[in-house]
Amino acid sequence: MTRLIPHPVLSTTLVVLWLMLTRFSLGYLILGTALSLVAGWAMSALHPSTPHVRRWAVVPRLVLVLFWDIIRSNLAVARLLLTEGRNGRRSAFVQIPLTITDQTALGFLAMILTATPGTAWVEYETDSGILTLHIFDGSEVQHYRDVVGKIYEPMLMEIFE
Amino acid sequence: MSEMILTIALGYAQVTLALAGCLVGTRILRGPRAQDRVLALDALYVSIMLLLVVTGMRLGTAFFFEAATVIAIMGFVTSVALAKFLFRGEVIE
Amino acid sequence: MSPLQAVPLAVAIPVALLVVLGSTLTLIGALGFARLSTFYDRLHAPTLATSWGTGGVIIASALMFTVLEGRPVVHEFVIGICIVVTTPVTLMMLARAALQRDRSEGADGLPATGGETPPEDR
Repeated sequence: MTRLIPHPVLSTTLVVLWLMLTRFSLGYLILGTALSLVAGWAMSALHPSTPHVRRWAVVPRLVLVLFWDIIRSNLAVARLLLTEGRNGRRSAFVQIPLTITDQTALGFLAMILTATPGTAWVEYETDSGILTLHIFDGSEVQHYRDVVGKIYEPMLMEIFE
Repeated sequence: MSEMILTIALGYAQVTLALAGCLVGTRILRGPRAQDRVLALDALYVSIMLLLVVTGMRLGTAFFFEAATVIAIMGFVTSVALAKFLFRGEVIE
Repeated sequence: MSPLQAVPLAVAIPVALLVVLGSTLTLIGALGFARLSTFYDRLHAPTLATSWGTGGVIIASALMFTVLEGRPVVHEFVIGICIVVTTPVTLMMLARAALQRDRSEGADGLPATGGETPPEDR
């Protein structure tokens, strides 16, 4: 099982994407499954370590929190951009020490923070575990420290570690 | 009725997205540095891709979708290659 | 005859709202591009277009073609996934490249190189 399907999540996602791009039919299902299996083997040849999702139950909660956060920060950044020059906004660099070390978890954290308007991932030092973020609205520095340290980090830790 | 609503909304979206493309384009011309231009090029790809999707909706055909997909993927590859070049000065090490 | 006539009113209104929302957010992001003064500020402008800007237009398109063709049309979401997954990678690489270039020139106002924790954390 593990040798035939080394990356079950990747393969399933690829089959779903393949069926989304084409119309659903048995032929496309078989072709997509074959392709995703080959892609799984190629992936294991390139990147031998398989990320393990320990607890799937946390994933929907993470998605919900992220969805809400993206809506909220979209509105906040749009408002700041429209009043640019009159609102006294100053951006800031923030350095946050991280406790997660799992590569996949860090990758997800990077995606989450960069995809959310208002925060941008600038640098991460592997030895010291210090993350440098650029924050659009400097007055919300403490808020983002809490968001990263108390919301996303524990959730990702629960999922991956 | 629904045709009128959709025509107005999609026409508005076409104008808005074209304007967004122009604004981002000024940033490509103004710079001032290489990373600004690459960032603006990436944003230009997104605006034009959305413009294609909206045009496809207005004409009621799914053909523009293919072009939009290609732009979305190619835009990523070019931006990453350019960013890599800025970082190291060479694309393949 | 325009294919838009076949869309029922109950679908046309949400589609119109989503398209207007998405394109307006993209325009605001582009406006930020033209107005913001430093590179690191401008790094935040395209995320408006790539989160709800793209999201609104993509959902509207999927909704409209699903109704028009009478079967679920979801291929637009592939674009959405592509954009959502790839933009952070581009932005992160550009940010690192810019930081490295600025540091090598000795520009002001940059974060400290790692290894030392800033004073407010200790």
